[in-house]
This record gives sequence, structure tokens and C-alpha cells, in this order.
Amino acid sequence: MDQEPAVRTEALTRVFEPKKKKEGSTVRALESVDLRIEQGELFGILGPNGAGKTTLLKILSTLLLPTSGKAYVAGLDVETQFNAVRQRINMVSGGEISGYGLLTVKENLWMFSQFYGIKSKVALQRIDDMLGEFGLLDKKDAKVRTLSTGQRQKMNVIRGFVTDPDIIFLDEPTLGLDVNASRVIRTYILDWLKDHPKKTVVLTTHYMAEADELCDRIAIIDNGRILACDSPERLKKMVRMNTTLSMDVTRLKDTAVFKTFPGVESFTFTEDGEKGLTKLRFVMRDESGVSDIVSAVLGQGSRIESLQKTEPTLEDVFIKMVGKGLE
Amino acid sequence: MTDGWVIKNLRAIKGRAYPRVIGAIREPSWVFFEVVLPLFTVAAFAYVYQFMDAREELIGYVVLGGAMTAFWLNVLWSMAAQFYWEKETGNLQLYMIAPTSRMSILAGMALGGMLSTTVNAASTLVIGAFIFNIAFDVVDPLMLIAIFLATMVALYGMGMMFASLYMLFGREAHHLSNLLTDPVYLASGFYFPVKFLGAAVAAGASVIPITLGLDALRQLFFTAGAEDAFLSLEAELALLVGLCALFMVLAHYSLRYMEYLGKATGRLTLRWQ
Ligand SMILES: Nc1ncnc2c1ncn2[C@@H]1O[C@H](COP(=O)(O)OP(=O)(O)OP(=O)(O)O)[C@@H](O)[C@H]1O
Ligand SMILES: [Mg+2]
Repeated sequence: MDQEPAVRTEALTRVFEPKKKKEGSTVRALESVDLRIEQGELFGILGPNGAGKTTLLKILSTLLLPTSGKAYVAGLDVETQFNAVRQRINMVSGGEISGYGLLTVKENLWMFSQFYGIKSKVALQRIDDMLGEFGLLDKKDAKVRTLSTGQRQKMNVIRGFVTDPDIIFLDEPTLGLDVNASRVIRTYILDWLKDHPKKTVVLTTHYMAEADELCDRIAIIDNGRILACDSPERLKKMVRMNTTLSMDVTRLKDTAVFKTFPGVESFTFTEDGEKGLTKLRFVMRDESGVSDIVSAVLGQGSRIESLQKTEPTLEDVFIKMVGKGLE
Repeated sequence: MTDGWVIKNLRAIKGRAYPRVIGAIREPSWVFFEVVLPLFTVAAFAYVYQFMDAREELIGYVVLGGAMTAFWLNVLWSMAAQFYWEKETGNLQLYMIAPTSRMSILAGMALGGMLSTTVNAASTLVIGAFIFNIAFDVVDPLMLIAIFLATMVALYGMGMMFASLYMLFGREAHHLSNLLTDPVYLASGFYFPVKFLGAAVAAGASVIPITLGLDALRQLFFTAGAEDAFLSLEAELALLVGLCALFMVLAHYSLRYMEYLGKATGRLTLRWQ
């Protein structure tokens, strides 16, 4: 069964009905999703809030049933062979507060390992090793309730990997963490895959840079649909045929006009209040529209402080696909 | 070589029992609720009986019943309503994705609760006996152990069943546990022989294992208990064993069904998890 993909879905659909008719309407969280994730891949799922990322991971981790369609993990049907699926997976979510606050870090990790039937001696050794790798060894005997957010999330990630799953699902694993803690977790994920080339990581994220840096392939998802699915490089190439332009100008009065400019594929802006600048970013079909944009900016009485043609980022791809930015 | 299914599930049971036992040691404030609070109720009943010049055993029954309330509270709040808390913290979904029998997780919860509560109940019994000068007269310690164990397994088996039935509840779990607390003190005869309620009520209340357990313990701790007995010790032991089996089977099936229902409706986890 070596050729089985780690994850395969066919027209996977999940619908949530409201509990009572008058409390809102039906939500189509996943709409006919077809995915194939190979063994050994680090696969990213990128999408705005409410896109259906968590719903997808819950189905793959046997916590939720599909409304229709099929999902296979390690070649096993999540609906009927969930017990066998559970032998091969684990899951970690960002901001998790799992475990018991009055247990120590070591005790908590040990407890969860016991649900996987791992021999205590083996589990405790692994826990020790991993606490070391995450720089958490000094917190080994600290009560879980005394941990900081970052320390806690490192512990959660250890909980997921300590059972040595074939496929691990990470739902926004670095949510709300500082640069250091995120880096430790990202590095661990990459090293883990390097050491175990047959293992698979499926992660969702809000952070473009994270997806770009980590993932072999990325699926961009919005409103329950997969809009694109490819390597970060190839995704960026899709917009590289376009021109990406960024511009810092003194405060603009009207930004809305640029959305409708001929030749503009996508447009975003941020205000830099401190410097009194507006930062504009355009993805354009070709360069012919640049002069129109420049004159429109000058026409509003703004000054152009800088103007650059740039390489497309994943964010540009995302904006082009989803029609809006993430943050 | 990989370990067998039984060994793996025993590890799961031990894993889940651990925080309960450790918790009881690290959170001594629970002692107050489970040891000291029952003594107030015990005292109130004891003084009424003393004032009425009632038979001495009655005060003994009250102390015994007071000690056993710890188990009832433990089953209602730390078994039945437990998954409600566990869902909030995200533990429930981690139990669910684990490749172990869910019954092992529940059994671990039960075992841990049983062990820590036994210490508290025994403390209540000893302190109560000291304060009210109760003389126990245990003639058949083997039967006592058998009855106690059967009562525990049946009672916590019921707790396991409730835990799975409560699994998809939100705050309703709370209200239901509140609702069940006091009527059972009456119906199960925590502070008087259940026979007093009449055979029909006593038989109905016997669905709650603590009813038969208490009735049998009264007979085993006090010589006069035989006169006040609802059923014979042998019958009660047999019925308790029956209840053990019944609740285990019901717990197993309700757990399976509720898990399926939770997966179908999306209520196994909270939306934002
Ligand atoms: N149990 C549920 N009951 C009803 N609706 C739900 C449930 N779970 C999710 N939804 C809805 O399904 C849609 C997708 O939610 P999901 O949690 O999968 O999004 P997400 O991509 O993970 O978003 P976020 O980035 O905010 O975590 C949302 O509209 C959400 O409100
Ligand atoms: Mg989510």
C-alpha cells in the first residue's frame, strides 16, 4: 500500500444545518473538495476565516462526518475505518488549552501518550528528547497552568509528534506565537520530515510567509472551495506573468477608484499613519496601465514617495484568487 | 513486537486515572467539599435522631449515608458532567481521535474518581463515627468488600453511561446534575433505611446502585441492620452485579451512538476549536 496517498478526498462536502430554523441559515463549509496529498509532503491549506480549513481537518481526523463525498487517510475511509485511521494520525490546534493544569508538562505529555498505548519508559524517553529539542527542558516539572502561550503551544506540538504518527494534522500551529516560538515549531516540522521521508504533515495557516517557507504544496481555499493547489513557486509564477507594483504615496483621498482601473487584477492598500503615507500594491495584467495609475495618484494631489516593480508574493496569489487579503 | 490490545487499553485507563488521583493530592480544597460538607448534613440528621431518642443505629446509618454522598456527588459532577468540561478545554476531541477504546478513557476517569473519593468517604466515616460515637459491628468483612466493590462498579458504570449521554450537552449537563442531586438523597435512603419508603419506591430507587449498596452496607456494619433491610444481602449482591453488567453495556452503546451523533452534527467539538 506504499503508493496510497496520505490523504485523498473525492467531492468532499460538509453542510452545517442550523439547530433551529430561525437561527441562521445552512452553512456549506466544504463544497466538493477534491484533494490528493502524497506521502512525505508538507501540505499547506491557506484561506481566510471561515473558509473551511478546520472543517476539512476535523473530517480527516475522524471528528466530523462528511455530508457527502469521500475522504481517505492512508487509504482508509474516515467514515467507516476510523479506528484504523486513528492509529496513524495525530492532531494539534493553535491556541489549544488541552490537558490538566495541575499536572506537570511531563505528566501531561505522558498521559496523552498512554491513550496511544505507548510503553511508559519509551514515552518518557521521547518526551525528554523532544522537550530538549523545543528548548522546554527546564519546564518539564512545571505545572501546565503556569506556562506561557508559547510554551504551552510547544507542549501541544510535542503532544502531537510524540505518538509518532504517520500523518499529522496541524491547525494553525503557530497562531499568536512570537517569532522565536514559531521558528522553533517550524524548524521542528521541517526536521521531522527530513528524518522521516514517508511521513506527512498537513497544516492550515493564516500566515503567508509560513506557508511559503514550509510547504511543498499549498491549497488556497475560500468558501469551502479549493481555488488553487500547487507549489508556492508555481503559484507565484501564475501571477508573475502579471506586473506587481508597489507604491508609497502621501495620504490619498480616494482609494476605491483603483479597484476599477482597467488592467488592474488586484489592488490592496495599507495606511501608514505615522509617516502619513498610503502604501499601494497592484497586480496588473501588463505594464501599460502604470502611467494611468500614476496620473490618477498625482491627480488627487498626492506625492509619490517611492515606486517599485516587485516579485509576486504568495499574498498576491491569494488576493488574486480570493479577491481580498488575509489580514 | 507490538503490545496487545488489552495492554494498550490498560495503559489508557492508567493514563486517564492518573490526573484524578494526583489532582486529589494536589488540590486539597476538594477535601473540604467531599469530607467536611457531608458532615454538616450528617450532624443535622444525627441531632434530630438524638433529640427524638431514636435507636442508636439510625445515627450510624446517617454517618454511613453521609460518607457515601461523596460517591454520588463524584459520579454526578466528575463523571456525568465531565465531558462538558473536557469539551471546553479541547480534551474531548483528543480522547476521540486517540486509537483506544473510549470505554477505557471512561473507565480511567471512573477508577481515578473511585480511588480518590474512597479516601474522602472513609475520612467522613471515621470522623463521623468519632464525633457521634458510633460502634461498627462488622461480622462478614468478605461480603462487605464484595458489596462495596459491586456498588462502586455499578455506580461508576452508571456514571460512564451518563457521561456519554451528556457528551453533546452544553450547560444543560450542569442543570441535570443539579436536578439529580437531592431527590436521590431521599429516594436512595442516604439517611434512613430505604425500606421505610415502601417496597415499590425502594424497588424503583434500586436502579441507582447506591440504594442497594447502602441497604447492604447498613446490614454489614450494624447488627440491627438486618431488621431494617429491604432485601437480603445475597439478593442485593446479585442485583448489584446485574446492574454492573447492565450499565457497562448501556455505557458502551450510548458512547458509540453519541460519538456517531456528535460526528454527524458537528457537536463533538466546539466550533472554534
Ligand atoms: N459545528 C458547526 N456548526 C455550524 N457551523 C459550523 C460548525 N463548524 C464550522 N461551521 C461553519 O463552517 C464554516 C467553516 O468553518 P471553519 O471553522 O472550517 O473555518 P476556518 O477556515 O477554519 O476558519 P478560521 O480561519 O476562522 O479558523 C464557517 O462558516 C463556520 O461558521
Ligand atoms: Mg479554523
